[in-house]
Amino acid sequence: MAFNDNVRNTFETELEAIRAAGLFKQERYLHSPQFSEIEVEFPAGATVRRCINVCANNYLGLSSHPDVIAAAHAGLDSRGYGMSSVRFICGTQDIHRQLETRLTDFLGTEDTLLFPSCMDANGGFFEACLKEQDVMIADRLVHASIVDGMRLCKAMQDTYKHSDMNHLEEKLIEHQDKRVRMIITDGVFSMDGDFAKLSEIVALAEKYDAMVFVDDSHATGFIGRTGRGTHEHCGVLGKIDVITTTLGKALGGASGGCVSGRKELVEMCRQRARPYLFSNAVAPVIVAGALKVLDLISTSTDRRDKLEWNAKYWRGLLKDAGFDLKEGESPIVPVMLYDAKLAQDFATDLFNEGVYAVGFFFPVVAKGQARIRTQLSAAHEKHHLDAALEAFKKVGGKHGILGLGKKELIARAGA
Amino acid sequence: MDELMKVIHDYVVKEYLEEGDDRVITEMTPLITGGIVDSFSMVSLKRFLERKYSIRIPDEDATPDEFDSVQRIAALVRRFQQSQQVGA
Repeated sequence: MAFNDNVRNTFETELEAIRAAGLFKQERYLHSPQFSEIEVEFPAGATVRRCINVCANNYLGLSSHPDVIAAAHAGLDSRGYGMSSVRFICGTQDIHRQLETRLTDFLGTEDTLLFPSCMDANGGFFEACLKEQDVMIADRLVHASIVDGMRLCKAMQDTYKHSDMNHLEEKLIEHQDKRVRMIITDGVFSMDGDFAKLSEIVALAEKYDAMVFVDDSHATGFIGRTGRGTHEHCGVLGKIDVITTTLGKALGGASGGCVSGRKELVEMCRQRARPYLFSNAVAPVIVAGALKVLDLISTSTDRRDKLEWNAKYWRGLLKDAGFDLKEGESPIVPVMLYDAKLAQDFATDLFNEGVYAVGFFFPVVAKGQARIRTQLSAAHEKHHLDAALEAFKKVGGKHGILGLGKKELIARAGA
Repeated sequence: MDELMKVIHDYVVKEYLEEGDDRVITEMTPLITGGIVDSFSMVSLKRFLERKYSIRIPDEDATPDEFDSVQRIAALVRRFQQSQQVGA
């Protein structure tokens, strides 16, 4: 089919509908490395301005750390730029296996397999390991990549209400006739910042003979006393059957992800997971950088300790200023506004005040749950947070929402 | 609300509303477009209907549109009850 006017009109109409629904996404161009302060061009062509960044996944502030950059340079010099191959043909270097071993040790699992991203790890795992006679029982707020991965798998799908252990138990009872039951959850949920109840989930898994799968992308490197992740925080190290996680957030922030867990399941992925089999190996420069990240976070907890302090301090500042927050302990601190338009306007106003944050609304979060998601970093200093608070207070004052609780905010949105 | 709609209603309330969620679900309440049920969690509702009424709803008929209210779901169930009885 030629790309004629009719076809073009079809797509233009669809794009217009996205715009009309207020869901059209635009990129903002950064003119600087990723850090707590960044140079941003927005909209395209506007003068570049310096902003405090409170929306990156740069939790440990290692995305532009000089030691990581130096290690990446050394990796580039010693192992080259690209592999021009998938892993199982001629794309596996010694450092790929080194990184997998180091991740296994860090996460406290049996084996690890690198993927081009955690999106790919989640996209490939289920189809590789589960069959028609199995069931996947997922928390309803798991990441989109898990939903996609489950849809590619022939095993039966089911869900339970977010973090509702009674509902999960009902589902486990209902599916006792299946060959394998797999409970699927995020470790830290990306939109709310709350932790999965992993100790209760593991107890239910033991009671009803199920496996546990955790995507710990928003936890690896900083949650738990030594940053191993949500399983360390919840006291269930060694009891999670599968952990997927990313190198694209706290662990340097470049790209790459992994499946880590029971060695037979990891081996099934090595044999059958399509994103692993049919996509290039993670570039050597990223592998070298990630190895240095693991060196840094294995020898000191200073960065995760600072992040923890920053998150607590920021949460306290916002609360004292009269914002309505989602309760939690993670460095994801959602400022609840409930109304989609207000969330968009609030983010724009913050940007004009020199703070880069993003509004999230339906369909990314549930209807009527619009928010500004703020994310802390070990790269933030106290003065960044104090300055960001002033912007939040100014914008909050402009919109008349300081001191309003959930009901009042919802009533205001409906007015 | 007839008996069939009541069964569907009760399942939707139990399966999808969080504890403390006091939204009232009527036969016309938009479930999918209203953000109460999403396409990911809709699977359990489809399976419940198939088991409860001994019908098979093909995936191409289990659309968000057909599942968007208790009334529409009831109509879908009736359609397949009739057609599959006739087929049997």
